[in-house]
Amino acid sequence: MNFLRSGWATLQKDMRIEWRGRARAQGALCFATLVLLLFSFAAGPDAVTLGRHAPGYVWLAILLTSTLSLSESMRVEMDDRALEGLRLLPVDMRGFFLGKLVSNALFLCCIALILFPMSFALFEVKPTLGFARLAGVVLSGSMAISAPGTIYATMATQLKARDILFPMLLFPVLVPALVASVKATSLVLFGDPMHEFGGWMSVLVIFAFVYSILGIVLFERIVEE
Amino acid sequence: MGRFLDLGLFIIASGLLLLGSIWGLWIAPPEAMMGDVYRIMFVHVPSAWAALMAYTTCLVASVIYLFSGKSGADHVAAASAEVGLVFNALLLITGSLWGRPTWGVWWTWDPRLTTAAIMFFAYAGYLALRGAIDDDRRRSTWCAVVGIIIYADIPIVWFSVKMWNSLHQLQSSPKTMDPAMVTPLRIGAFAFLFAFLWLVRRRVVALRLRAQNDILMMNEGDPR
Repeated sequence: MNFLRSGWATLQKDMRIEWRGRARAQGALCFATLVLLLFSFAAGPDAVTLGRHAPGYVWLAILLTSTLSLSESMRVEMDDRALEGLRLLPVDMRGFFLGKLVSNALFLCCIALILFPMSFALFEVKPTLGFARLAGVVLSGSMAISAPGTIYATMATQLKARDILFPMLLFPVLVPALVASVKATSLVLFGDPMHEFGGWMSVLVIFAFVYSILGIVLFERIVEE
Repeated sequence: MGRFLDLGLFIIASGLLLLGSIWGLWIAPPEAMMGDVYRIMFVHVPSAWAALMAYTTCLVASVIYLFSGKSGADHVAAASAEVGLVFNALLLITGSLWGRPTWGVWWTWDPRLTTAAIMFFAYAGYLALRGAIDDDRRRSTWCAVVGIIIYADIPIVWFSVKMWNSLHQLQSSPKTMDPAMVTPLRIGAFAFLFAFLWLVRRRVVALRLRAQNDILMMNEGDPR
């Protein structure tokens, strides 16, 4: 019970911090939009090429933004040794991890909520399989990025070389999540004649599930040190 | 005792490597389609097995460390990750050298190649993390966690990239190969196994000595 209560309290706290601060969200959103625009400049003005690669650009923008948002989310826990303070209280650290994971995933969902309509306008694409499936991909993809991301961010924010180490640790692990998110989004945008959508969603859900469980089991050992 | 074991492992590994090279280069017949190019397989395939063995050892040692807290398990995890990275690099280089004349490209997004490349960077990150943490206990615990996280990724990476694209030829087995080719491959596999054991042992000894040295320095009040 304490597990879920700790998770819910952490989630509420993070949401409140975001709502009151809003600077982090605005900064992250600006960054994500810029990345999306930069990809367009790098690929050239050909609308067909841009449209074909739109899912890749959006997910890379979300992935790059996640490195900022995840480290920022854990940095607030290290300021004034807040995490150490929490450990002195009867807070279930597994619940704390779950709360952080969900709040980080929700944050990435919000970024995606802005980026996808922008990409529809910029690259002239639309979700042919419907918005519900796109929302499913966004939610699973955000959970898949946040699960290992929250674990690594907890470590990286306490290190001197955090800016280099965090992406170095995170990106190789996230390759399956990136591939599955991009493929599933492509199928939602351009149609799914071979019925592959379910397979890619399974990869995303399994990835998110495995790393969420690993995080819940191992997180206490990370914060102990 | 330890010195004799090291010497024994070194002699067996070197002997088998020499025997495997002679057999693979001069005794084994050329392959019907690829000619002599296939001979790189006698290094490429054993290096893949050795890398996977090293990463599995790293996982097992990481789990043992998290349960027991024994520094020996941490040293084994660190040593096997380092040795695994060397074999992984060898795997990527030999694979690329073989791919050019056979497939016509240095690199392709094949599941096994891509998985090997991702594992290389994942374990490079693991070793970078080891180097970035000063506190011994923290380094051991965090790296044990990362060792488990990375290993859990291997099957998911392989499966996802397989769904994405596949060009690699089907895996050969002793039944589909000429017996004259199987023997040097087996010799190569044992040579790499003993080389792996020797290298890991040497690195574990070096890490243990460094840890002991750090404790001595600390006790003497050395500012380092």
